[in-house]
Amino acid sequence: MSEKYMKVQRIEHGTVIDHILPGKAFDVLRVLGISNDRSMSILINSHSRKGGTKDILKIEDVELSDEEASRLALVSPHATINIIVQGEVVKKFNAEAPELVRGVLSCSNPNCISNQNEPIQSEFRLSKDADHGYVCSYCERDIVDLARRFRS
Amino acid sequence: MRHVISVQDFSAEEIVNVLDRAETMVDIAKGEAISDILKGKVLACIFFEPSTRTRLSFETAMNRLGGGVVGFAGTEATSVVKGETLADTIRMVSGYADAVVLRHPREGAARLATEFSDVPILNAGDGAGQHPTQTMLDLFTIRAELGRLEGLNISLVGDLRYGRTVHSLAIALAKFGNTINLVSPEGLEMPGEVISHLEETGRFGKACHSPEEVIADTDMLYVTRIQKERFPDPVEYEKVAGMYRVDPELVSRGPEHMIILHPLPRVNEISPEVDSMPQAKYFQQAFNAVPVRMALLSMVIGGQFDV
Repeated sequence: MSEKYMKVQRIEHGTVIDHILPGKAFDVLRVLGISNDRSMSILINSHSRKGGTKDILKIEDVELSDEEASRLALVSPHATINIIVQGEVVKKFNAEAPELVRGVLSCSNPNCISNQNEPIQSEFRLSKDADHGYVCSYCERDIVDLARRFRS
Repeated sequence: MRHVISVQDFSAEEIVNVLDRAETMVDIAKGEAISDILKGKVLACIFFEPSTRTRLSFETAMNRLGGGVVGFAGTEATSVVKGETLADTIRMVSGYADAVVLRHPREGAARLATEFSDVPILNAGDGAGQHPTQTMLDLFTIRAELGRLEGLNISLVGDLRYGRTVHSLAIALAKFGNTINLVSPEGLEMPGEVISHLEETGRFGKACHSPEEVIADTDMLYVTRIQKERFPDPVEYEKVAGMYRVDPELVSRGPEHMIILHPLPRVNEISPEVDSMPQAKYFQQAFNAVPVRMALLSMVIGGQFDV
């Protein structure tokens, strides 16, 4: 009996996002606004050579900008972004979570003053805890389900 | 300019300075000495939510120091019902007064107010958020009654989940080196982040579901109200409320020097027979709101937060 493999192919042009926190690939797609009509490969809980598991995204014909990398870092800090042109890695960088996020997210606490009709921008600080979460500067609550809190 | 928004914004040294100053103001708070250090100054007390003790004690504190008070309690007769934002209300009020005491139903309201105010904001409770002056008067009462603020066994009893006041108190007490026991019904336990904080600072005593388990070693019993609306079944509420009722029998099992505090209003959680016991300090605690708030007002309005 012959074994059959279905390999994830290299991409010629686009972005490979490696070392995504396990299970976060769909959150990454959500925050990047990448819809499922694109050609892409999604690996969930892939074994990492460094130990443990990770998610990987290979998205064709998209070159991630620095701003998009910052958004990505909100849900999966320390992911590695590889920009591929003609089959070669032309740029490689890490997504680092910003200390302060203004205006981009809305607070998950419905009773937070930042969700009312006030002339302010929402503001979140990177949590000092190990969970890489964000804390609202107004109500001081941890933001819950961050990938769904992006303001449209 | 110094705002009073969250007790976490204050170092232990700053809190002690407030308590020391409050101690010098007790006679003025009682009306036994006269002060006019805030003469000519105006305090705006704007309460978007009901309050008895907090509003009255702030107003008393300002009056005892020779200042005047303006403000409102409830929004019915204000521009808020016309849809005015809190930001605009604060801009306007801060032009009329030398400091603003704010209570608001939304969490983070006091923090927002600081962005639009030219004068100090004192947070008198924002939703289920912070209530820093309550924590300071609790600390003042502990120090006044037990003679110190560190090395104590503290048991927090009741609804530890929803009241942020008790979260701030736990963190402040840990900051001073006290051991904290947490006694609450199932489902109303202290949130994980506060427990983690207590564990990190090495100040976490014991978590349990019965005050009887900790009473023998408790220096200060802090009782909070278990709200009926947290229980879908009224029978279940009655059962739980009964288990957490502080009565003379329970108090007699604690050390003689133990004190009992409660932020008030109490409903059934402390039986009235306890009121006449020497351990009952909750009405003294309510009085202490005046000197502590006098101290804070004199410091923020007088610009004397120079620690």
